[in-house]
Amino acid sequence: MSGISRRRFLAASVAGCAATTLAGSKKALAAGSFSGYPDGMGVLVDLTRCIGCRSCEAACNKEQNLPAPEKPFDDKSVFDETFHGGKQKRRPDENAYTVVNRYDVESESKPLYRKVQCNHCAEPACLSSCFVNAYTKTPEGAVVYNSKVCVGCRNCMIACPFNIPGYSYSSAFDPVVKKCIFCHETRLKNGLPPACVEICPQEALTFGKRKDLIKIGHQRIQTHPGRYVNHLYGEKELGGTHWMYLSSVPFEEVGFDPNPGNEPIINNVKDFLSTVPMVLAIWPAMFTGFHLLAKKQEGHGDHEHDVEEHHDEEGGAE
Amino acid sequence: MSAKQILTTLMTALAFVMAVTMAQAFEDVPDQVSIDVMTQYFDGVEFDHEMHTELGEDCSACHHHATGTGTTDDRCVRCHADSDEVAEVGCSACHAVDTFSAEHINRQAADVYQFHIDTPGLKAAYHWNCIGCHEQMDGPTGCQDCHARTPEGDAFYHADAQASAAGEGGH
Repeated sequence: MSGISRRRFLAASVAGCAATTLAGSKKALAAGSFSGYPDGMGVLVDLTRCIGCRSCEAACNKEQNLPAPEKPFDDKSVFDETFHGGKQKRRPDENAYTVVNRYDVESESKPLYRKVQCNHCAEPACLSSCFVNAYTKTPEGAVVYNSKVCVGCRNCMIACPFNIPGYSYSSAFDPVVKKCIFCHETRLKNGLPPACVEICPQEALTFGKRKDLIKIGHQRIQTHPGRYVNHLYGEKELGGTHWMYLSSVPFEEVGFDPNPGNEPIINNVKDFLSTVPMVLAIWPAMFTGFHLLAKKQEGHGDHEHDVEEHHDEEGGAE
Repeated sequence: MSAKQILTTLMTALAFVMAVTMAQAFEDVPDQVSIDVMTQYFDGVEFDHEMHTELGEDCSACHHHATGTGTTDDRCVRCHADSDEVAEVGCSACHAVDTFSAEHINRQAADVYQFHIDTPGLKAAYHWNCIGCHEQMDGPTGCQDCHARTPEGDAFYHADAQASAAGEGGH
């Protein structure tokens, strides 16, 4: 077993190492080159235009056949609801894929309203965290998911930098993740704007190609001096999102994470993850090889007799 | 027919034409405008145009450079300071109903010389104009101050049951 099989074993493990290294590097290269779908659609949300009518919430509820709300959609008392000791405003959940929150900012004469829903990242963290591949980034720009394969692990809820995916806690037997899908099935893939955009009386939501919305966003900032802070939120954040925002006040004052970084979430783990297959394949082979070599050298001293005996036994068996 | 007679006839004809034109011009300014192209959840608005023309100092306050004395907006005057009155001054001439349809988006994208890449649709144009001015002039700003909600609208906002109980109309 020792002589020829060890040589074979080492040769095989070297070949294995080479194969995994090559395969690994190819995969890492492919994963790093995605820069979003060029003609993907998006929405530009202009906080200076929103009047907090909540029609978008009603339209979302109808379009997605969501359960009836506790309070009617024209009830503005929901803006006073807070959670976690007043720190947390309303968040999307399994019954509402979008919510509007009110912010009373001191520098503003009127309250500001911010619509919250999935921002449809170009490189979504939810997608990279999902081990059953339930999520898809469509060429139209939406981040959709297949609830049939979702196992309810909630990794995406932890991965999402915007705390968007909700969970159907109410379902005892088949709980799955629920979130805004950009009305992909019923509207987006047929070239129609999502329901919330269509209902908005103020065009606080502008629907268009993401690349056009970036131009429009910067044009608005430029042609309305003093109206906006000079930042198009989502243009670069986290590798770019398909829903982007304009605001008259710094974004942290209206509930945004002011500096989530411009790298997609997956970049935090991509380098590490690409080494995992290599480690898993090479390390056992390499260390087993070292171990056998060390054992063999040890064997020349104390256990030479045993090895010889072993050889004989093997020869005898043949 | 003498030259004088011809001249008189011509002058009469000219005066008649002018009178008709002027009458038409005034007739073209509507007293009422029915805003009802997108009604579904809310009834249309019977807009009292006559009352608003008396309130507004100038047609341009709402019609930009399309009619009136012309716009004074810094961004517009660079090109439109001396623009002629346009043929169609109604809002829907420039503000599209189907502003987010694929056709409209592609039309805008195909026209590389288009400067107005961010023209609001008709619904937004109405609401900005109305609500924007009403906020300054203390006019009505609530949804149902201007248009009554339809039964379909009550269902849409899930306000049908609660509406009667809570007394409604606060918004």
